Amino acid sequence: MDLGLDVEERDGFAVLSVRGEVDVYTAPRFRERLIELVTEGKHKIIVDLEGVDFLDSTGLGVLVGGLKRLRSHDGDLLLVCTQSRILKVFEITGLTKVFAIHDSVDAAVGGGSGGGASA
Amino acid sequence: MAEIIELEIPARAEFVALARLVVSAMAASDSNLGDERVDDLKLAVSEACTNAIEAHDAAGSAERVVVRCKAGSGALEVCVEDRGQGFDPAQLPDHPPVTDPDRLKFERGLGIPLIKALVDEVEFSPTDRGTSVRLVMRHIADTAGRG
Repeated sequence: MDLGLDVEERDGFAVLSVRGEVDVYTAPRFRERLIELVTEGKHKIIVDLEGVDFLDSTGLGVLVGGLKRLRSHDGDLLLVCTQSRILKVFEITGLTKVFAIHDSVDAAVGGGSGGGASA
Repeated sequence: MAEIIELEIPARAEFVALARLVVSAMAASDSNLGDERVDDLKLAVSEACTNAIEAHDAAGSAERVVVRCKAGSGALEVCVEDRGQGFDPAQLPDHPPVTDPDRLKFERGLGIPLIKALVDEVEFSPTDRGTSVRLVMRHIADTAGRG
C-alpha cells in the first residue's frame, strides 16, 4: 500500500503532505517522518491530510504523538483537512479540541493554532 | 438467504487493507447502506482487524485472523475473530478529557471508542481460542431514529 509523504517549507512551517491510506501498516512510516522533521529542528509543522483516503486510530495516534513531541519543543502541529469522512474521525474522538484544523495550508500558515478546530 | 463471505488473513499489518477492501466492497454492493455508512463500517473493520493482529502478536500466534461478512435481511454483519489471549473492553483505561494536557500522553486506545461510535451494534465475545468482535450495520430503513 502506497503512502506518500512530501515535505516543503512554507513561511517558517514544514508542510508534510500525506497521501494514501494511514493505518497500522503505514503509520510507522508516517511517525518516522514526523520524528525526522522534529529531529531536524522543524518545530512548526503543518500536516496536510487533503490527500488522505483513509485514516484510522493508528494515524490519530501518530498525530497525537507528534503534537506531544512538538509541544515539548515549544512548537506546534497544525492540520489541514476538509474531507468530512476524515474530520469525522477527529470529531468522534474529541480530537477536534486538541488540534487546530484548517481548511487550507494558507489558512494554517496565517492562522496558527489559536483558532482551534474549524470542523 | 444470507450471503456470507469468509476471509482468512495472515495476522500481519499489511493485510488489514485487504480486509477493509473486501468488507467495503461487500457493503457497497448492499444498496441499503449509504456511502457514509459503508465508510463507517470500513473504519470499524480496520480497527477490529488491527486489534486482532496486535492480539496475535502479543500471544505469539501464527494463526490467521478470520473476517466473516454476512449480508442478511435488515443488516450487514461482520465478525472479526482472533486467536489472541482474550480481551475485555471494560478493562480499557479512560482517557483524560481532551482539554487536559495529559491527553497527549495517550496515543493508543482510540480504536474501541471509534468502533462503538461508528456501527449500530458491537459485541465483544470471548471464544475458546480468543475474541470475536461482531459489528452490525443495520439497513437504512431500520435505522430511523438512530442518533
